[in-house]
Amino acid sequence: MPEVRDIQVQEPAARAAAAAQELQDMQGEKMVLNMGPSHPATHGVLRIVLELDGEIITKAAPDVGYLHRGDEKIAENMTYTQFIPYTDRLDYLAPLANNVAYALAVEKLMGIDKQLPPRCQFIRVICCELARISAHLLGMGAFALDIGAITVFLHTFTEREKLYNLFEALTGARFTTSYTRIGGLSRDMPPGWMEQVRKFLDEVVVNFDETETFLTRNKIFTDRTQGVGTVSREEAIDFGLTGPNLRGSGVDFDLRKAHPYLVYDQLEFEVPHGTTGDAYDRYLVRIEEMRQSVKIVRQCLDKMPGGPVNVPDMKVILPPKERVLTKMEELIHHFINVTQGVNAPPGEIYFAAENPKGELGFYINSKGGGTPYRMKIRSPSFVNLSILAHLLPGHMVSDITAILGSFDFVMGECDR
Amino acid sequence: MTASDLATQLKAKFGELFAEPVAFRDEYTLKLADAERIAEVCAVAKMELGFDYLVDITSIDNYGEDPRWTVVYHLYGYGHHQHLRIKTDVSEEKSELPTVTAVWRTADWHEREIYDMMGIRFRGHPDLRRILMWEGYPYFPLRKDFPLAGKESAMPEVAFTKTTPMAGGPFVTIAGGKDTIAREPRVRIPETDALATTNRVERRADIKDAHGEGKGPGPIEPKK
Repeated sequence: MPEVRDIQVQEPAARAAAAAQELQDMQGEKMVLNMGPSHPATHGVLRIVLELDGEIITKAAPDVGYLHRGDEKIAENMTYTQFIPYTDRLDYLAPLANNVAYALAVEKLMGIDKQLPPRCQFIRVICCELARISAHLLGMGAFALDIGAITVFLHTFTEREKLYNLFEALTGARFTTSYTRIGGLSRDMPPGWMEQVRKFLDEVVVNFDETETFLTRNKIFTDRTQGVGTVSREEAIDFGLTGPNLRGSGVDFDLRKAHPYLVYDQLEFEVPHGTTGDAYDRYLVRIEEMRQSVKIVRQCLDKMPGGPVNVPDMKVILPPKERVLTKMEELIHHFINVTQGVNAPPGEIYFAAENPKGELGFYINSKGGGTPYRMKIRSPSFVNLSILAHLLPGHMVSDITAILGSFDFVMGECDR
Repeated sequence: MTASDLATQLKAKFGELFAEPVAFRDEYTLKLADAERIAEVCAVAKMELGFDYLVDITSIDNYGEDPRWTVVYHLYGYGHHQHLRIKTDVSEEKSELPTVTAVWRTADWHEREIYDMMGIRFRGHPDLRRILMWEGYPYFPLRKDFPLAGKESAMPEVAFTKTTPMAGGPFVTIAGGKDTIAREPRVRIPETDALATTNRVERRADIKDAHGEGKGPGPIEPKK
């Protein structure tokens, strides 16, 4: 005969007290959560070991290095030109910008950066700014995707597809462009490319407006990003943040204005900066930066000069093929350039460019010859990530995606 | 306030500790004679000369020279927009110098990376452990005596350490073999061709003879 018992229903007050008593036993137990290297919202292979108290993060330890390929060691064994494809793979969302930054660094070491022909400089600026648009489109699209606004991602990627077509027409590759060479570019612009770029610019501005319609005054987006991941001005400088992350925190600093390289001093553009330093400000800074990039590219297209695209020094640039095959001197220059590399003087330089992710710097220590003795890549994403251990505690787990997305880092660059 | 002025000012504060500023391509480098004073120098540079941003710390392996290590600090000031480079040498026996994390918190990760890649320790660092390589990795990869192809090392906590046999297909070169015969044997036997790699592979003595001293694996015996 089954036993029958009455159900004991406590009155609400006693029931609440009993529930609180149960939770009391669980207070103070923290959980360790591994946001593993393979995660859709970590923008690459980033691992964060989180210690959680319920939903609040108490400790965060980012674990980087999953994409470490030893680029700096490789650079010691390659000529300067051979290393250019490796620079594509640093910030792989804006390979042209890395190519330009690296070429400028080596040219600074060689002392030929002032001798670059104007056409080369204007084309490089166009490359950098198109890369900036491409990187920010992806950054903000992925940011919105992680927050939950999935449509935005597809919108920004439609424009990125057009950019990839432009890059393919210009460099031969959609993605790993390896476009610049020491002393110039691998090839000049194809005919009709400038008109394609103009057409693209007209279309992409419409896309920026659409993206802003989706996000900027969207209550859900602002609730999730305002006040989240706030980095004060002093913290931003102390932690070495650069790029839109630094500007979002209120520091009005841009390498293109403070230390103009290429022809940025001849171009008119503004540098947006934020006030609060939260995720929303960083988003707004990036959107406005894209608009300024469009302005810059339009000016470059209007001002594009004619002329050669390479430094006229045959020891640095490969001579034209028809002369290599017929004349002895050019043959020797070609041979030495390809086998031994450009002859850099002994010395050390540091050159930094304003990349979409921040300040990408190359420190090249050369003992002469065609290979560097030591090349250090000052990667903006590596430094930007270092603030995570300080920034994440106190936020909730769902804020992590907002913070990671707003910092917009790339693991390829972080780990090198 | 130009970079040259700032360099001279910093040298003036420390006198003989610094060599004369070296200029190259409009950049100024100060060589610090005593690496132990680096934290003090950096604090002065930040507080009194306005270098509030540490751009980068780098290490150089002067293999064959003594002192073996050179640590290079790149400083920048958002107020005066000037760069400065401070270099200091550390000998191999010592391999240690004070940390500058108290001056700029960004030095934290830079110094961890230098420790990871070169093996230079930073005294007073809050958490000096490897950052790019995994904990327990036995080597310092950026040293000049570490080969480019890498060295075998045990991978912690992984399910398997053998590389995939025939990875890449039957006609692909096996990476890192001793010589051409090891790298491109006449016949690839899946069980043994992983031996030709130098990384992360157990070498069993009995199979070792198959890819021995320059001999290829030999023709496959037809199954009987």
